[in-house]
Amino acid sequence: MIENRPWLTFVGHATLWLGVALVALPVWMALVASTHPASAFGVGHIPLWFGDAGVETWKSVLLEEAGNGIESSVTFMMLNSLVMALGITFGKIAISLLSAYAIVFFRFPFRNFCFWIIFMTLMLPVEVRIVPTYEVVANLGLLNSFTGLTLPLIASATATFLFRQCFLSIPSELVEAARIDGAGPFRFFFDILLPLTRTNIAALFVILFIYGWNQYLWPLIITTDNAYYTLVMSIKRMLSVTDGDIEWNRIMATTLLAMLPPVAVVIGMQKLFVKGLVDAEK
Amino acid sequence: MTVTFPQKGLPWLLLLPQLLVTAVFFLWPAEQALEQAFYQEDAFGLSREFVGLDNFLDLFTDPLYYQSMLTTLVFSFSVAIFGMSIALLLAVMADRVIRGKLTYQTLLIWPYAVAPALAGVLWWILFDPSMGPIALWLESMGLDWDHYLNGGQAMILVVIAATWKQISYNFLFFLAGLQAVPRSLIEAAAIDGAGPFKRFWTIVFPLLSPTTFFLLVINLVYAFFDTFGVIDATTKGGPGQSTNILVYKVFEDGFVGLDLGSSAAQSVVLMAIVGVMTVIQFRFIERKVQYS
Repeated sequence: MIENRPWLTFVGHATLWLGVALVALPVWMALVASTHPASAFGVGHIPLWFGDAGVETWKSVLLEEAGNGIESSVTFMMLNSLVMALGITFGKIAISLLSAYAIVFFRFPFRNFCFWIIFMTLMLPVEVRIVPTYEVVANLGLLNSFTGLTLPLIASATATFLFRQCFLSIPSELVEAARIDGAGPFRFFFDILLPLTRTNIAALFVILFIYGWNQYLWPLIITTDNAYYTLVMSIKRMLSVTDGDIEWNRIMATTLLAMLPPVAVVIGMQKLFVKGLVDAEK
Repeated sequence: MTVTFPQKGLPWLLLLPQLLVTAVFFLWPAEQALEQAFYQEDAFGLSREFVGLDNFLDLFTDPLYYQSMLTTLVFSFSVAIFGMSIALLLAVMADRVIRGKLTYQTLLIWPYAVAPALAGVLWWILFDPSMGPIALWLESMGLDWDHYLNGGQAMILVVIAATWKQISYNFLFFLAGLQAVPRSLIEAAAIDGAGPFKRFWTIVFPLLSPTTFFLLVINLVYAFFDTFGVIDATTKGGPGQSTNILVYKVFEDGFVGLDLGSSAAQSVVLMAIVGVMTVIQFRFIERKVQYS
């Protein structure tokens, strides 16, 4: 604090509260909307205060079926989302750790070339080459499978760069000492590198989990079987219902449940999350 | 210089999974897009003929493509500028307050975790012309809101939804940037009689310029490529072409319109754009190191 200006402090708090309120506004409305029966939405406007149909809707969405043409329950789709998110997260971390290890601690021909190949994935987001990627996955027979949901997304230049940076910052005396004590590449990796990069891995885990859970376009085009629907993409299928009205109360309950796990991760592991965001941009 | 292990085959084994996934799911499709861009396929996918640069010529003589480019620019810069302005305002305020900084941070950053498609749906119901509270309030103020029919309003809706999600990210980086501004500089200015506003515009804001430029690039990349879900869940590129950004058009022309040649040519153009943006991003980050 440089100087005491009470009115400015007041303006500061007021602005922040306004910001917090604006950011929370849509979630508040969604919560209110999910507590009213579907019939409440046709008649003019969404009621602004909670109704009494909430428990029923949430129970039915969680345990029976999400509705609007989706036969699976939200709980079931949450499990699918969890499998996909964890598959992508562990996959990315595992293969990136290995490739960063190879690039930093070994010398071999085409080392830089390999690095550039991995770098190129940064320039090829799945959205811009969606049609040919779909064809490749279809040719390999991976449509409607968990392999198809996760494997094509696990190459990661960002994670490889991050681990490379971590490994490069490890003092070479440590490596030498380990070598002199007779540690081979495997022992060195598991006993020294992994413990040293533990917090970086955890921070990246948070970011990648959010990335994996929020996948939308990819699951949307490669799954046509209810058994593989993930929660985020199911919203789109629920919105494009052709016969009858959209049941907004169910859609809002499902939307809130779909955003709950990643939001809980951000709030619960805020320190790691912030570290992960900053690390990933280095 | 790092000490290395002598093994020759092991590094290849370690690199194999990453290289394999990259080759099969990144490079192969990219190569397919490149190849397809020079062919014209019939609607059933039974035969195709080499057409040279025709797909690209068609693309660059198509007024709809230019319109989509313009839409993308309007959308991206709106998202970047609104998102960064609001986040900067909030970050400056949060940097000032002493009590409750972490609480404010918690309450402001969680939208980062919301999928773009869900952000779109959340704002859609607020603005739905027949039941959304904001739309009905606007109507009572004399403004007819109908983003199903009015292209400009549809654009406003997707910009709001996309911005809402991105404020959290900008806020965190601006806050970190503000905390890195040396207190002694600000104190010296205060002693010289500069008020809070003058101090902000003459000292803090210029010192933030590396952060601002970095965020501008990140926000543009986000708006270009990561907002597919917002568009798809709310406006589907409509009404008309009014929210049909490039990354949505490449999907729609390929999967819905089944014009594979044109879609592939668009993929190639988009890959070039990402390439340029990635280079800018990396060039800048090299410069940022010198700043500090």
